[in-house]
Amino acid sequence: MSKKRKLMKVYPIEENCISCRYCEVACTMVHSESKDPVKAYKLENLLPRATVEVKEAVSLSLMCRHCKHPFCFDACISGAIMVDENGKVNLDEEKCVGCWNCVLVCPFGAAHPMIREEKRHSFKCDLCGDRGFPACVEACPNRALIYDFER
Amino acid sequence: MLFKKPQVAFYPFMVLRDDYKCVRCKSCVDQCSFDATYYDEDLNMIMNHHENCVNCKRCEAFCPTDAIKVVKNPSTFHPDANWTPEAIRDIHVQMLTGAVILTSTGNDKPIKNYFDHLLLDACQVTNPPIDPLREPMELKTFIGRKTDQLQFDSDGVSIKTTIGKQLELEIPVLFSAMSYGSINLNLQKAMAIACREFGTYWNTGEGGLHKSLREFKDHTIVQVASGRFGVDLEYLETSAAIEIKIGQGAKPGIGGHLPGEKVNEGIAETRMIPVGSDAISPAPHHDIYSIEDLRQLIYALKEATNYEKPVFVKIAAVHNVAAIACGIAHAGADAIAIDGVRGGTGATPKSLRDHVGIPIEMAIAAVDDRLRKEGLRNEVSLIAAGGFRSAVDVLKAIALGADAVYIGTVAKLAAGCTQCQQCHTGRCAWGITTNNPKLAKRLNPDIVAENLYNLLRAWAHDIKELLGAMGINAIESIKGNRLRLRSWGLTEQENKILGVLPAGM
Repeated sequence: MSKKRKLMKVYPIEENCISCRYCEVACTMVHSESKDPVKAYKLENLLPRATVEVKEAVSLSLMCRHCKHPFCFDACISGAIMVDENGKVNLDEEKCVGCWNCVLVCPFGAAHPMIREEKRHSFKCDLCGDRGFPACVEACPNRALIYDFER
Repeated sequence: MLFKKPQVAFYPFMVLRDDYKCVRCKSCVDQCSFDATYYDEDLNMIMNHHENCVNCKRCEAFCPTDAIKVVKNPSTFHPDANWTPEAIRDIHVQMLTGAVILTSTGNDKPIKNYFDHLLLDACQVTNPPIDPLREPMELKTFIGRKTDQLQFDSDGVSIKTTIGKQLELEIPVLFSAMSYGSINLNLQKAMAIACREFGTYWNTGEGGLHKSLREFKDHTIVQVASGRFGVDLEYLETSAAIEIKIGQGAKPGIGGHLPGEKVNEGIAETRMIPVGSDAISPAPHHDIYSIEDLRQLIYALKEATNYEKPVFVKIAAVHNVAAIACGIAHAGADAIAIDGVRGGTGATPKSLRDHVGIPIEMAIAAVDDRLRKEGLRNEVSLIAAGGFRSAVDVLKAIALGADAVYIGTVAKLAAGCTQCQQCHTGRCAWGITTNNPKLAKRLNPDIVAENLYNLLRAWAHDIKELLGAMGINAIESIKGNRLRLRSWGLTEQENKILGVLPAGM
């Protein structure tokens, strides 16, 4: 890991979050094969990587924080979790053996287990790597998510 | 319905959900603030209590897969022109509650809208129209007392006359009084930002000025109403103008009541009342029973602020509005705001909202006429309010004789309002007329300020286009210029009151 991290992350703004779940559905949709929100949930059985936490007036969207010292990286037994030169934490779902260690150690609850017929693996926010710009930030109707350099 | 009065089953709206499209994200469950939507874990389905639905369309707007439509209940009463579903439901409500029916927003009855019966002029051949995109157009409006005559220095050029403080508007549109309490701080902040950016004014309403909004001092009109909430010297001085509220178009002749449960710490501090206590605005100002009393209050406020602030008086348009307006002009007001029968509110008895007052179009014409006849028109500016929907309405009002227009409902619509008429419940799902922190945060002041700015900008362009077509390059030239209006479908008497000629004449 280089000392100079130039990482863009998604930051939630609690005061603006209206718990509408647009981030969740947008996330599920762009990570699907069909790129259709209904099919993503119903045919592909996908789940969102960002989850909206709500307690009364407080709500915010929570996804992988790409920690400076990621516990999941330390805990991963299969080498599926890697940190790139900018500090982005990547999870290779192919390599993942589904031990759920990352799910257990993540202090934010941002790594999720997925059990499918053929395979079990964990999944988490990949900052929409191949898309260029995080879908949740684009979908948020109340500017409660911003995509910015790490502070 | 089980455990409910039978009449509850005759609800007006239904939530239709396309179950195939529903991905169970539960956004609608979270967005609904009227307990009309819930998730059943056993069935893994989103269900509805249709009887609670108020047609605010929040769930519809925020369903990510467009699975929801709120529709009119197709089950209706026997068609009857006299006993409309509304009339029947009102009886049901009153027989069950024994109470006055409370409602909000503006009059929803089909009262003739005279703006729709007025047509604007345009130039052809004999006088050229102006292209507002190529030539300068002036919408600048000054609100305040103008002098009777100008006196010049011996050089014949320099003006000796001084005039009192004027409000300078970049567009003849102001945001009308909506108090902190009836709406939340986020909308007030959005209006204040938009006003500062565009160059117009917003009105605090009767609920005082929150300390976080004091930085918008130069674009704030502070209101002094019968409850005197939040009024002290600092409040009066933190303003561009002061408005004495006598009445409101949606509820002429009655006061206001903000229930104690809504009075949170912010509101209590701003209104200068204890947390949780009812904020009651009496129907009359207990110190105003005559024009002379009003004059005393106007001059008390002017004296307190060192004659630096224009003082407005706001009244509802009632039957003798012209005579009352003259009295107000005589009493020394710098501007009169008149709120017509379609004016909105955060809470009012339905009977008052729908049946008290007169249309603003008639009121503008009558007041402008009377003030001219009495030689008082230059002494007061005339601000019209109540039901303005577009830049065209604004221009027609100015042609009838108003100086500027107050818009309130339009500002709410720009913040997301769908006119569901539930402001009085404090459960606004769009986060506008509520101070519940979960709901109020739905209104992002920065986004709404941009919307409001866009709206003012669009209206300014609209007005300029219409003026250009009439060959006019300044809003001053259309003010009270009823010759540029023609009416259609009005009676001779209506034309006479409005002071306009029928189309073809």
